[in-house]
Amino acid sequence: MVGIVKYNVGNIYSVISAIRYLGKEVILIENLRVLNKIKFLILPGVGHFASGMKYLEETDLRNEIKKWIEKGMPFLGICLGFQLLFEWSEEGNKEGLGILKGKVIKFKDKNLKVPHMGWNRVKILKRENFFENIQDNSYFYFAHSYYVKTNKSLIIGETEYGINFPSVISKENIVGVQFHPEKSGKIGLLFLKNLLEGKWLQ
Amino acid sequence: MVAVRIIPCLDVKNGKVVKGVQFENLRIAGDPVENASYYCKEGADEIVFLDISATIEGRKTMVEVVKKVADVVFIPFTVGGGISTIKDIEDLLSNGADKVSINTSAVRNPKIIEEGAKRFGSQCIVVAIDGKKIDKDKWEVYIESGKTPTGLDVIEWAKKVEDLGAGEILLTSIDRDGTQEGYDIELTKKVSESVNIPVIASGGAGKLEHLYEAIVEGKASAILLASLLHFRILTIQEIKNYLKSKGIEVRKSE
Repeated sequence: MVGIVKYNVGNIYSVISAIRYLGKEVILIENLRVLNKIKFLILPGVGHFASGMKYLEETDLRNEIKKWIEKGMPFLGICLGFQLLFEWSEEGNKEGLGILKGKVIKFKDKNLKVPHMGWNRVKILKRENFFENIQDNSYFYFAHSYYVKTNKSLIIGETEYGINFPSVISKENIVGVQFHPEKSGKIGLLFLKNLLEGKWLQ
Repeated sequence: MVAVRIIPCLDVKNGKVVKGVQFENLRIAGDPVENASYYCKEGADEIVFLDISATIEGRKTMVEVVKKVADVVFIPFTVGGGISTIKDIEDLLSNGADKVSINTSAVRNPKIIEEGAKRFGSQCIVVAIDGKKIDKDKWEVYIESGKTPTGLDVIEWAKKVEDLGAGEILLTSIDRDGTQEGYDIELTKKVSESVNIPVIASGGAGKLEHLYEAIVEGKASAILLASLLHFRILTIQEIKNYLKSKGIEVRKSE
């Protein structure tokens, strides 16, 4: 069973529907009691950093997510759910979960359209198991105005949009992606399948 | 760099895909879910559903269709037509739509852009602007499926919706829509250069060269297509092969 954190952000249904399409059962995590039923936790999200974080704080989901990760359980953060792992964001000048070192800042190149919206390539820097059968420089779908600045050691894949920014990070049981695998067609579904199968955890 | 997006637009009325010439003279062309799956397989980068009758008839948008689409289509899709409240936006997004496209209501109540962007993020608020040329370098915003003039200048309105938090502009030339004579390049270029958010060009494509012009001269980030695709005059594969041969970055079809 895959748990998807339900909070005040857009388009959680797409993540649910993608996971179900892959033949897995999904449970929405709105409160803390169901966490013992699941094997994998996903923090999805498109939306505003500060308001998303505020919601996690008020509902105490913040501490539960932290505990889950500290226990070494598999975790995937998508887009905003990925950005929330870090220490701070410029979007609403707000502290994040602080599980990983780094900050979230806005694309500032005046010659670029912001949001960074559409299909862009992910250059694979480290061939982790979750990239199985996925070619280097494959296209994934992005929709964001802010990007993560973090230690090189965490970065598994990067994407070019004026600058190179981290589009995939991983540390032990944590994977974070800036793109939307649930909206990245066949490749995105394959990426999710690889993650849920869990070879990368061994 | 981010690839130029090719976006089929499915105009929907009473659950069926239709396409009108200059917003009139509707023709039936199939089921929305089947159409969406087809285009997804063919290599569409996104899909737009526009409920073209919604605003006029006060009909509410098609949440059930959205849900069915989201169950089988794993590329982004936008829903527009008749969206007038934050609740309308929430209903569509929570049932699987990635973005909403707001047109008439954005003009009548610009606050919906601001509130929508604050609540759900700019990336899911598309403002659709239907422009009609009224003078040299001057276009007027029309609402209610292109029927009602507003007195608003398209360029000024585009800047304003960006300030209010829109994440994208879906720009349609009323003069060109359905004519297959090519996009209004001047209009596309003016809007695209006036804002920092992506502009989707729509209305008037008739051949491959038109798409190239909209991207290179019009500086559009994406291309919206309807009848050209629906009636198989061109396929997405042909379009992408052509653009690629011209040095434009496109996503390979799966």
